[in-house]
Amino acid sequence: MIKTTTSLLGTLDPQSRDRLLTTAKEVSFGAGDRIFSEGQRADRFWIIRTGSIVLDLHVPGRRSATIETLGSGDLVGWSWLFPPYQWHLGAEAQSPVRALEFDATVIRALCEADPVLGRAVARRVAEIIGHRLVSARTRLLDLYGPYGSGPGS
Amino acid sequence: MADYDTTPAVLDRAGLAALVRVLAGRGRTVVGPTVRDGAIVLAELDSADQLPWGWGTELEAGRYRLRRRDDEAGFAHSAGPQSWKTFLHPARERQWSADRDPDGQLTIVPDRPEQPAYAFLGVRPCDLRAIAIQDRVLAGGHFADDGYRTRRSGAFLIALECTEPGGTCFCVSMGSGPGVEAGYDLALTEVLDDDGHRFLIRAGSPEGAEVLAELSTDRADEATVTTARTTVAAAAEHMGRAMPPMDLRALMGDSLDAERWDDVAARCLSCGNCTLVCPTCFCTTTEEITDLTGDHAERWQSWDTCFDLDFSLLHGGPVRSSTRSRYRQWLTHKLGTWHEQFGSSGCVGCGRCLVWCPVGIDITEEVAALAEEATS
Amino acid sequence: MTEVPVPYQVVRRSQETTDTTTLVVEPVARALPPFRPGQFAMIYAFGVGEIPVSVSGILDHRHRLAHTVRAVGAVSAAVCAAAEGQELGLRGPFGTGWELERAAGGDVLVVAGGIGLAPLRPLIRAALAGAGRYRRLNLLAGARTPDDLLYADELRCLADAAPAHVAVTVDRPGHGWLGSVGMVTQLLNRADFAPGETTAFVCGPEAMIRATARDLRHRGVPADRIRVSLERNMRCATGHCGHCQLGPLLLCRDGPVAGYDRVAPLLAVREL
Repeated sequence: MIKTTTSLLGTLDPQSRDRLLTTAKEVSFGAGDRIFSEGQRADRFWIIRTGSIVLDLHVPGRRSATIETLGSGDLVGWSWLFPPYQWHLGAEAQSPVRALEFDATVIRALCEADPVLGRAVARRVAEIIGHRLVSARTRLLDLYGPYGSGPGS
Repeated sequence: MADYDTTPAVLDRAGLAALVRVLAGRGRTVVGPTVRDGAIVLAELDSADQLPWGWGTELEAGRYRLRRRDDEAGFAHSAGPQSWKTFLHPARERQWSADRDPDGQLTIVPDRPEQPAYAFLGVRPCDLRAIAIQDRVLAGGHFADDGYRTRRSGAFLIALECTEPGGTCFCVSMGSGPGVEAGYDLALTEVLDDDGHRFLIRAGSPEGAEVLAELSTDRADEATVTTARTTVAAAAEHMGRAMPPMDLRALMGDSLDAERWDDVAARCLSCGNCTLVCPTCFCTTTEEITDLTGDHAERWQSWDTCFDLDFSLLHGGPVRSSTRSRYRQWLTHKLGTWHEQFGSSGCVGCGRCLVWCPVGIDITEEVAALAEEATS
Repeated sequence: MTEVPVPYQVVRRSQETTDTTTLVVEPVARALPPFRPGQFAMIYAFGVGEIPVSVSGILDHRHRLAHTVRAVGAVSAAVCAAAEGQELGLRGPFGTGWELERAAGGDVLVVAGGIGLAPLRPLIRAALAGAGRYRRLNLLAGARTPDDLLYADELRCLADAAPAHVAVTVDRPGHGWLGSVGMVTQLLNRADFAPGETTAFVCGPEAMIRATARDLRHRGVPADRIRVSLERNMRCATGHCGHCQLGPLLLCRDGPVAGYDRVAPLLAVREL
């Protein structure tokens, strides 16, 4: 089940979507499997079909800090779209995961060759990043803290 | 048709004195204007002698002065520092008392002293409108303020048509004066000419007619009726101020982001005087008071002002922390959102907020500036 | 006559989190008129003062009510500290309710942030009781940490019983948290509802309400079908003290629950 309004593929026109999908392959991860680590080459990305993935950040002397979890329909990874193509965060399967895996080099080449498709993909990824940025910023306020009003109160 | 006699009559000054005696004789606490502390205030009257005979007022934004008149008029002054809300919606009032017995059981009872049966002498048209507005706010909704309702339903209103508006008056542009048509028990018009000093009086309720019948009056002569009418009509031409003739409610709704708020906020001291003198401002806060035993508590209600920082306090801080937002709240409520909340404007054009503003902020000038900004 | 608080006795108290307590109260003698989900009471702590608190439970037995209170000030701390057997004063019911019937025939989407789950609890119960009148029931809740989640046991039961899709997310996961991490809006991706036929009921901090409502609008939920519960300073609850104004609204009378179509332009004005 892939939701239409917020997923990467949902808002692409059917033709573009099919072109991306023909390059995808089904993969699965076991709970606890590391999918990628911070600083590694971002050469792939995923769209989760089932299960959930934890995005984390390594902090010396502490357990990895969980930044956010992603679930069904969500795009995993966007660092593949922009140089230097390196992961900013790490990702680990929180539960058994089935996902579609895309090869970043192939998709980038497709996007280069077809500006219409390229624009559609870039725009969609930007929307997703924007959405996550808003969420992260809202969480920065610590709204559910004792006074619900964040820093300075 | 009214089921009581509405024929106008004429009273002389002695007749007015008799009116005060008749009302007192009926067990009423008579309240009217009197000179005190350099102003014409509203206070309990023992006799009509205490009325401000021969006193007038000079009003400007941020300025109030008494002056001696050339004549003996008793009501040729404009709105003073108080309004009738001082009596109907007092500045401080106990709402309930609570007692806790040794078993921890609570007994909570309404605890208001017995309310006086007021007779208000000399309610100006603007203030009569203000009372009607507070009626809707405090007693016209799903819940009623019991104290207000009791005092109000027992009050006897003697309106006084305006014959000499002040420099800060703008009731005509708010549609609330200078004459009165309804909402009173008795209505007076003061007439002072070569034929003497007298009052045209008419009843507006059965009780008003009853009181009038107890007085020795003459049927009003044509000349007095005509003079009264023309004097009130002339007063309409002598308003010191006017609100811009436009849909003020729409203007307020469209002006929330106006730059003018910054301009007025640079002058406004956020003191709240305008809300205290305004005859329709009704906001209150509550406080809890306990005695030394800790087993007796009282709930008191007192006037509050939307200019106070704590007024909009929410958890960590006030919602309206800037003077800009607090002045905007006051004005857009008064002229705009009051309509949605209570079915009318909250302004009656009495001009008190101009007079008693320590820096002379003029509501009509501010609205005109907002109007200009909206059209430019 | 609603002007004087009516004595209610605390019959049960449960500590929900470190600073939040649920009190079940029942009338000592006379009961207040029945409450509807979303409405609130003014709770009086003897000698301290009154605060507005939404009902978090409406029980048939002995006219009992539940209130979930977070200790953030003098009065709320005193109410939270009320022991079983202690008497409090209650006035109410006040304000608009959630009006669950608006969702009849469509999907019910409940989105809660922090203590915002409390006013939604009676709505969820009503939706479960009225199963058949609504299609899918989604309950999405956000909390600061797993320990701050209200009614955790109830939510687990609800999720297991499965007449509802229940999803919970936290801002700061502790050790061993295997659930979602992120803002409550992220859970919308995984909820199952038809936006055009959904009625959403949203309660939480105002910034969370705005973010959620915007997201729902973007997904196609009509603005008037996004019901939000708002908060402002409240002293009297009877529309007379003027404190709870939000533009044209007196939130004790025209709220706390209102349509997003009505409040969106008001929430957009700073310091209104």
